[in-house]
Amino acid sequence: MGDIRVIIVLLLIGGGLLWLLIRALRGKEVDRRLVFVFILVSVAAPLLLTITFEMKPTPVVQALYDKIENLPAGSKVLLSYDFDPPMAPEVQPMADVVSRHVLARKHKAVFMTLWATGQAQFNITLEEVIHRDFPEARDGVDYVHLGYKAGNEGVLNVIRTDFKKMFPTDVHTVPWDSLPILKRIRSCSDFDLIISLGGGKPGLKEWVLFVGDPTRVPTAGGVTAVVAPMLYPYYPGQMCGLLGGIKGAAEYENYFRDNHPEYAGMETPAMLMMGPQTVAHVVILAFIVIGNVLFVVTRRKEVKR
Amino acid sequence: MRREIPLGITIFVGFLAIVSFFSPPLEGLGEDFTLFFDIIAVFAFFLGGGNLVRIHATKLIKRKADWVYSIVTLIGFFGMLAAGLLKVGNPGGIAAPVTAPGSLFSTLYFNLNLPLGATMYALLAFYVASASYRAFRAKNREATVLLVAAFVILLGSTPFGTMLTSWIPHSLDILQIPNMAVWTLSAPNLAGQRAIMIGIGLGVVSMSLRLILGIERTYLGDDRG
Repeated sequence: MGDIRVIIVLLLIGGGLLWLLIRALRGKEVDRRLVFVFILVSVAAPLLLTITFEMKPTPVVQALYDKIENLPAGSKVLLSYDFDPPMAPEVQPMADVVSRHVLARKHKAVFMTLWATGQAQFNITLEEVIHRDFPEARDGVDYVHLGYKAGNEGVLNVIRTDFKKMFPTDVHTVPWDSLPILKRIRSCSDFDLIISLGGGKPGLKEWVLFVGDPTRVPTAGGVTAVVAPMLYPYYPGQMCGLLGGIKGAAEYENYFRDNHPEYAGMETPAMLMMGPQTVAHVVILAFIVIGNVLFVVTRRKEVKR
Repeated sequence: MRREIPLGITIFVGFLAIVSFFSPPLEGLGEDFTLFFDIIAVFAFFLGGGNLVRIHATKLIKRKADWVYSIVTLIGFFGMLAAGLLKVGNPGGIAAPVTAPGSLFSTLYFNLNLPLGATMYALLAFYVASASYRAFRAKNREATVLLVAAFVILLGSTPFGTMLTSWIPHSLDILQIPNMAVWTLSAPNLAGQRAIMIGIGLGVVSMSLRLILGIERTYLGDDRG
């Protein structure tokens, strides 16, 4: 039944686009509002009908997965939540699945944020990943949340050599020295892996420039799709992995779920979002074709005149 | 003196930041100056908040265009500020984190800020589609190259691209759309990005030197530069 509904919706979208193409061949423009309607349907229908696809990890995604997977249990991983609500639909799924992977491999997770909004975003991971999937994980022993500090790159400059100077307590005001997880951590150099999740400034680029590169600590991250192309110059030299946009998150979710059957029932929001993204991209491509057909037809008419 | 003192601070701190990077004994001093920067950064919040209130209050009082939206902004600003500062409804009291589940701040954040922020960003999809239809046209050679690159990246970032070209034999897998998308990002894009970054880097070095040497003074309100 579900498949029939999907086929009907796809036929409706395809038929509509064909109609617009025929109109374009006759030299008729497409009204902006029609473009909006098509995008609305192509995003809403796959969401409502739950269209999902199997994803294969690209090398940049696989690299981060392998890095976390191959670290010995008990390794210290620093995760920085550098994003806000507008970025959350793309970045939160990455943050959740990467955090889940880190804790599943029994690594020690230290969470912090360079964005004021990151502190609340971490609460989502805390509720939906840590409390749900790792009820045995102890705050201050297996993971800790250090919270937010203002100062952007200035914060990174200080924690590169002295973490405690910038974060004397965790988010619950528990002193640094009372937290067992932080016992052997003095600076960023004491971490085995640094992961920044965001898409703005400060973000992964600043982590690479101010911390990862000077300390030689492997650095990776997840960013919004628009930012990913700007970070490719750092891979694989200064960055050991990258999740770009919802596609990167979906690839990671799919690969993690396939390789960790104990989490087969986990939520996969990024994979769910790949349906709308795929249909919307194809619709946008169709509109580009229609636009070009119209352009050629109009130019021919002008030449004839 | 209004210019000489800030200029002197810039020259002193600028030189010290460079020297401390290369001289381990001065490393601690460099860190301290970075901490001063962080303290100053906190004051930017007061400045930003004050500026927001001033602009919107003026708009409201003078009944300028779209003054109604200023009411929403001011209510949102003071509402969140009060909820966060006073930690209203915070289950752990005043000592618990401001974002503790159950607090008013948390409720407002997750039920208003989060969906509104995501909605604003999602609206871009409509404008991107409309702009793509109008702008991506093969008007000349350069525009055609851009068009082909956009096609490959858009298709490559969906499973549809994989489905379309999965029949291509392994020996020619570079012609599969997802691989072409990866190549586009990791070869031509990479070269372009690196060129831009090197250019920016050189620009930053030259501007920093102009600031440290006191040649660049526009930040002091001196337009002689």
